[in-house]
Amino acid sequence: MHVENLTLAYGADAPVVTGLTLEVPTGQLTAVVGPNGSGKSTLLRGMSRLLTPQTGQVLLDGKDIHKLPARELARKLGVLPQGPVTPEGITAAELVSRGRHPHRGLFGRLTAEDDAAIDEALAAVELTELRERSVDQLSGGQRQRVWIAMVLAQGTQHLLLDEPTTYLDLAHAVDVMNVVHAAATTGRTVVTVLHDLTLAAQYADNLVVMGEGRIAAQGRPVDVLTEELLDDVFGLQATVVEVGGAPVVVPDRRLAG
Amino acid sequence: MLKPNPSKVNSRTIVLSVLFAALAIVVALISLSVGTTKLPVSDVVEVLLGGGRRGTRLVVLELRLPRVATGLLVGIAFAVSGALLQTLSRNALASPDIVGVNSGASAGAVAVIVLAGTGGGNISGVAAKVGIPLAAVLGGLLATLIVGALSIQRGVVDAGRVVLIGVGIAAAANSLVAWLLVIGDVNDAGRAAAWLAGSLNARAWSDAVPVLLAVVLLVPVAMMFNRDLSALVLGDDVASSLGVRVARVRLALLIIATVLAAMATAGAGPIAFVALVAPQIAQRLTRMERPPLLTTAMLGALFVVLADLVARNGLQWLQVGPYELPVGVVTAAAGAPYLLHLIGRQQKGR
Repeated sequence: MHVENLTLAYGADAPVVTGLTLEVPTGQLTAVVGPNGSGKSTLLRGMSRLLTPQTGQVLLDGKDIHKLPARELARKLGVLPQGPVTPEGITAAELVSRGRHPHRGLFGRLTAEDDAAIDEALAAVELTELRERSVDQLSGGQRQRVWIAMVLAQGTQHLLLDEPTTYLDLAHAVDVMNVVHAAATTGRTVVTVLHDLTLAAQYADNLVVMGEGRIAAQGRPVDVLTEELLDDVFGLQATVVEVGGAPVVVPDRRLAG
Repeated sequence: MLKPNPSKVNSRTIVLSVLFAALAIVVALISLSVGTTKLPVSDVVEVLLGGGRRGTRLVVLELRLPRVATGLLVGIAFAVSGALLQTLSRNALASPDIVGVNSGASAGAVAVIVLAGTGGGNISGVAAKVGIPLAAVLGGLLATLIVGALSIQRGVVDAGRVVLIGVGIAAAANSLVAWLLVIGDVNDAGRAAAWLAGSLNARAWSDAVPVLLAVVLLVPVAMMFNRDLSALVLGDDVASSLGVRVARVRLALLIIATVLAAMATAGAGPIAFVALVAPQIAQRLTRMERPPLLTTAMLGALFVVLADLVARNGLQWLQVGPYELPVGVVTAAAGAPYLLHLIGRQQKGR
């Protein structure tokens, strides 16, 4: 996946992302981080078709995503946006089955291939046991895993996830990130927006740091996540320590007086 | 371990669809047999199969069947329209009778009845046959357009605003109707007022044809969007990521829903609550996360023919007198408590 000179704006407002170029490493987990308002979610929307760019293009296997038919794109690129709607009373298996939409015709039941993809996706997020449970009765972390399973069932080579760990406590966030990481180790290219720097550094193969609509830094988390960068981009005074080969951000306390 | 079973959901909707369709047919047969001339159901069936005596044929085919057929068809049209609007707006209250589509269609139709009326209380010719359905569709589309345009915030239709603005537009259209009734000739206004209550009284085949066309052409098209609707309930962004061309699908379904409701309104007046209630009951009984179109359609047909049977004969059965009620009064009596229940539920949910 390649992003070329992308400029993104909402309506007539000033651009949120300006002239951004990014090469997404294939088969790896890329985490996009950055301060609030730095344009990381906007970038993800621009990399899918949720937002039409003002300039530039997004190439998937060498083809502009805006020139692909919608269904064909949906078979190559899975997206989990923020704030998906969980319909009242829908079961986990039923929700995951919706991921098969781009593979299905107008009528007819799920094929054996669809069923296999649904089973596999539920197993990947370790929710096989709860498949007949109503999604609104699941915990926040489980619910988020069901949604990821829905995107996995879509069977795409590329995945874009927008803040999949928002509102989750650390243990549930780790469960979700394990699933996301596993998706990348099975040959998929995964790009996820994250707000938690330590979590991003722990899991990502490739870290993209955004500031003011541009890429401030990109590379392996150990190389990128430095104290200088945190000060520059986030305006954060912090100490970066290394634990198990990955950087951990420890904010400096600002004591009054 | 529980086995996957998305097909279980499917079979439930099919069983219920068949059940409602069968019940609608039974009620329709009963409806064809009762009236001033009582006929045994067996005679009715004989006529429908192409036999029977001439007098019986006249009563069944020319006097009663147009009314029953119109009832079945407007039931389907209103119910499917409601199911589509409720699904598109993700709001159980967003049915054409609440958000102004029926009112807009009524305003259009009443304008034709009153303004093109000859004063004899009976408009005739082209104005009636083409004018009323056409004006109803235009009125309905105009209402939908206004509600849609005013509900858009930052490029997205806000589900909560749809209902509030829709209720406002309905009120505006209704006051327009009231004004038309006041300025109109007394006979025209009288005829319009009876039609406004939602009546299947004295329907002829020409009343059934527009709604028949709408149902036959548009309901199958709506069904083709079933799978897209299943994706749309997950939110526009998710649906779009799943390959649904959201804006196009929404526009197409919005037009279908509006034309269905407007044609049904032209055929039988703005019969209230069918579009609101049928989809919700069908959804609960099938335990789906959105109103299933086929089950909803069959339930709508059943609801209207049953309500019409009660409207025609209820007062006689109660021995109150030989009067007939407009069918809309019966559907309103049955549906209004349900509306209150829905509003209560939505407020609790917030």
